[in-house]
Amino acid sequence: MSFWEVFKFAVRGVSANKLRSGLTVLGILIGVAAVILLVAVGNGSAKSVEDSLKALGTNTLQVQGGRGGATGYRTDLTLDIVKALQDKESAPDVKSVSPVVSSSQTVTFGDTSYDVNQVIGTYPSYFEASNSKVGTGGGFTDEDVDQASRVAVIGATTASEVFGTVDPVGQQIGIGGQIFSVVGVLEKKGSTGFNDPDDVVIAPLSAVQRALTGYGPVSSITVEAVNADAVASAKAEITSILNAKMHVAEGARSTPYQIRDASQLLATRTETAETFTVLLGAVAGISLVVGGIGITNIMMVSVTERTREIGIRKALGAPRRVILTQFLIEATLLSLAGGGLGVGAALIGGNFKIVGIQPVIVPSSVLLALGVCVAIGLFFGSYPASRAAGLRPIDALRYE
Amino acid sequence: MSRPVLEVQDIVKTYGEGEATVHALAGVTLTVERGEYLAIMGSSGSGKSTLMNILGCLDVPSSGTYRLDGVDVSELNEAQLALVRNRRIGFVFQSFNLIPRTSALANVELPLAYQGVKPAARRERALAALDLVGLANRAEHDPNQLSGGQQQRVAVARALVSEPALLLADEPTGNLDSKSTRDVLAILDSLNNEGRTVVLITHEDEVAAHARRVIRLVDGQIVQDVRNRPLDAARIREEVGA
Repeated sequence: MSFWEVFKFAVRGVSANKLRSGLTVLGILIGVAAVILLVAVGNGSAKSVEDSLKALGTNTLQVQGGRGGATGYRTDLTLDIVKALQDKESAPDVKSVSPVVSSSQTVTFGDTSYDVNQVIGTYPSYFEASNSKVGTGGGFTDEDVDQASRVAVIGATTASEVFGTVDPVGQQIGIGGQIFSVVGVLEKKGSTGFNDPDDVVIAPLSAVQRALTGYGPVSSITVEAVNADAVASAKAEITSILNAKMHVAEGARSTPYQIRDASQLLATRTETAETFTVLLGAVAGISLVVGGIGITNIMMVSVTERTREIGIRKALGAPRRVILTQFLIEATLLSLAGGGLGVGAALIGGNFKIVGIQPVIVPSSVLLALGVCVAIGLFFGSYPASRAAGLRPIDALRYE
Repeated sequence: MSRPVLEVQDIVKTYGEGEATVHALAGVTLTVERGEYLAIMGSSGSGKSTLMNILGCLDVPSSGTYRLDGVDVSELNEAQLALVRNRRIGFVFQSFNLIPRTSALANVELPLAYQGVKPAARRERALAALDLVGLANRAEHDPNQLSGGQQQRVAVARALVSEPALLLADEPTGNLDSKSTRDVLAILDSLNNEGRTVVLITHEDEVAAHARRVIRLVDGQIVQDVRNRPLDAARIREEVGA
């Protein structure tokens, strides 16, 4: 008796009760689609984090201060420190240093009032370091910084929120009640992360300090290394300069500052996203197991219902192996049909944004889900199948 | 004359243990020659169904030996028993036992399929068997589209398609009206006339009258063994037309 022959018996068995088979398939379908889609959502969110961090620039380091650390000396990030970092002698791998003060402000234009996420006061080198390109108009210069000119470059989101269809370049806007003139609009970076990098206003450091934040320490310093390979050595140079400036003892366990590079940030965020993915996958996996139990249930019903038929087949000389194979194929067919349709559903569903995240389907999750499906069919089908095969023909024939 | 088709030696079948033991068969010894037409009679509880199940290799005796076509069946394992049922025995059941939602042709093909016969040859032999029971024109009908008599004729076709040494019929007419009963018995008669060994179980005298030999079971023992017509003489007499 060829495998193909047994396969045909199994197909007939599955199609004999279409509604029941359909519902079982649906259970597996939902499980598989959930696994693939949720993993894709997790993966998509990880990817969006990655993209948004890449947009920050991979050559850059961020120095953040104000972490206490009792050294008995001033540990604020001051312009003095900025000057020290700009020293080509002690920091040859540093290309540019941009102090950053940032605050959240209300921007007004005519009757429009808009709370912009971040108003940044910095040096012109910040544009390159932060991977921000000016689209229309221009940036500001070192001269603007020296003179504390009231000029501003605004992000794409801010531009559309505040100006709508009006060309912002040359317009006067109020930032926290102070008048600034818009000299340029940044190119769109694209909203990929948790906060919109295009919702920003960038102005000369001195102007922002004078008009908005006062002359305190800066919030952070963005340092650009000469190239991606020099990031590590730049970091070491910055560390030694800062340690000297802030009088951090040799081998101190904590420092009053923190230097973060994009790759480090990337690693932490990606790790978070991966945990998220595993969690989602686990939840979806449970529904797949529930679907598998559904297969056992239906196969048990099917075996019970067809006890007599099994008896007849055995009386006609069907070997145990053929009966076993037939029921195993039936279970596997159900789970594979569910798996195939589930993959289809997931591929279709993957085209849509789910809770604001564009899912990115992981090919290995598709293969895994299909493999698990076959395994589920064999595993959850094996008990009913062996029960069917183990029936004594005399008992099976007497069964009413 | 070749070896007997059935050789049953002192078969005992008991159910249950201790005081609740039931002796369904209490030592049955029986030999059936090739070409015989045997009817096993008995009231319900006499053990005739148990005997039938053992003869059909659906059940194993508690003790005693059973040789089918020269093979000691009691020593076979399950896989070998399946093979014996497939090759040497054709079953006809009281309740037809066709596989539902499966055409008459596919039902008849089934034993051949388990035997591993190629589809083309299978189809040919199955159609020939259906033709023999006069149902070639119903080959594509499902069991629920056939009358009881027709279903039983399909079952007979299925039983004989694998050319078994023994045709076992368990109350084959028990669920049939008188016309269908005549049809089915006529087929069994003609099969026996062609030399096939037929064993049928019945409690109706009219049905048993078709057989050449009738045994009666009471409480698991043979109490009567009557040869209505001698095996070969009967056929000769019929052929002469005396």
